[in-house]
Amino acid sequence: MTTMRQAFVKAVNDEIAADPRIAVVTAVISSNEFPQENERVVDVGIREQTMVGVASGLALAGLRPVVHSYAPFLVERPYEQIKLDIGHQDVGAVFVSIGASYDDPAWGRTHQSPGDVALFDTLPGWTVHVPGHPEEVTPLLQRALKDDNRVYVRLSLHENTEPHPVGEGFTTLRHGKRGVVVAVGPMLDRVLKAVECENADVTVLYAATVRPFDSDGLRKAVQDTDHADVMVVEPYLEGTSSHLVSETLQQIPHRVRSVGVKRHAELRNYGTAEDHDAAHDLDVVGLGSAVRSFFRG
Amino acid sequence: MQRIPELFARMAGDEKHEWAAASTIDVLWVLYDKVLNVTPATVADPDRDRFLLSKGHGPMAYYAVLAEKGFIEESILDDWTSWDSPLGQHPDRVLVNGVEISSGSLGHGLPIAVGTAIGQRVAGSRGRTFVLVGDGELDEGSNHEAIAVASRLGVANLITIVIDNRSAMYGWPGGIAQRFAVEGWQTAEIDGRDHEAVFTALTAPHDRPYAVVAKIEKSY
Repeated sequence: MTTMRQAFVKAVNDEIAADPRIAVVTAVISSNEFPQENERVVDVGIREQTMVGVASGLALAGLRPVVHSYAPFLVERPYEQIKLDIGHQDVGAVFVSIGASYDDPAWGRTHQSPGDVALFDTLPGWTVHVPGHPEEVTPLLQRALKDDNRVYVRLSLHENTEPHPVGEGFTTLRHGKRGVVVAVGPMLDRVLKAVECENADVTVLYAATVRPFDSDGLRKAVQDTDHADVMVVEPYLEGTSSHLVSETLQQIPHRVRSVGVKRHAELRNYGTAEDHDAAHDLDVVGLGSAVRSFFRG
Repeated sequence: MQRIPELFARMAGDEKHEWAAASTIDVLWVLYDKVLNVTPATVADPDRDRFLLSKGHGPMAYYAVLAEKGFIEESILDDWTSWDSPLGQHPDRVLVNGVEISSGSLGHGLPIAVGTAIGQRVAGSRGRTFVLVGDGELDEGSNHEAIAVASRLGVANLITIVIDNRSAMYGWPGGIAQRFAVEGWQTAEIDGRDHEAVFTALTAPHDRPYAVVAKIEKSY
């Protein structure tokens, strides 16, 4: 079985020989997956600030850098480099992370990055993909490699059983009248199961791309329901997209429930990703409870 | 260089001697007058030399040189830092013709310069990357990541100029050049006010990354 990470590596390596614009910059993690003999493949050692700076310089010289590491070391540690070396220099790059919020919780808090999408949300002009299946990674990457914009792709070990088309906007997977649930990336299967278990008469939208946010798609979905009640289920920090839901629905009275990795506590627990899902009410039971209480009446 | 005081005064107002105090002015002048293979006509040429001002603070000397060499209009110096002026207290590459990087936050230019130099190499270009940093700026750890990486990756078309006016809070025991030399850079130490010495150092042949430490007496 192919993981998202393997799909990413394959998409890059399939293109790098043919497209002289593509470069890869790593800081040890995954570096052995890329052809080190290619002069456009650069590993900088365990130096994440310089990883982003070098990517900036390559982009300034006309290349299309792919920058890759484990999420906290790709996004949080060199955050100012992302802000200034990529955004402020007005260059493009494709940032691809693994590890997500807590893919490997036995490694503890240092290897967890539930705040990555929220951090990118502080910076203008970033496209953010949160694929839910390895087969969604390939088309997203292929498009990103050809473009010259700023792209963040958040890969995870968690995935849905089936891939879905990854177009510009949200995909409607279920129609209902009681409200709308937006399920982001790997949250989809659990959301669908929770909605079915609760017999909730709701529309379910699937989002593999969260920035730009498909405001039109959400607005249309809400118009087709009897209640402007929107639940957003994200696999990272809860409420990361709630400001965009509010902005989308500002002309009509509405309710929003934000579900995601909780903000209130520093969890000092190891265990499995499933343990952490349960702790954050992101398992089917927790999501079912949220659906039941929010879409009541 | 005769017109530099006049151009400086358009930004500095009555501070008649401020230009002479600028630690970067002599190195910048020699670079743009005699060393860099870039003109207003070649600012987008892939084969140009790239000059990255990492130490973006105190950019009057930079703007004065860019104006004198025709990259920017002299008239825009008069209302610099105003709302719609392209010239701020830190340069913005999107707003100013000929400016290769936006700088201001310290410790960003050298890692970016490693990237542009590798990019030039990948393109088969004869272009070189020059980056100017301050000795105080070297406190930022990101520089030391880049100093090590540049040498290990053999980025021979990279020249770092360190303006050393002894601004670093705790100094650099053993000297700044040593920090580069131990990582395998070729190094030179010069009087940063001596144009002949600056020119000779910046045009010296090198087959590995090259650091020129330009010492400046702190004045005024």
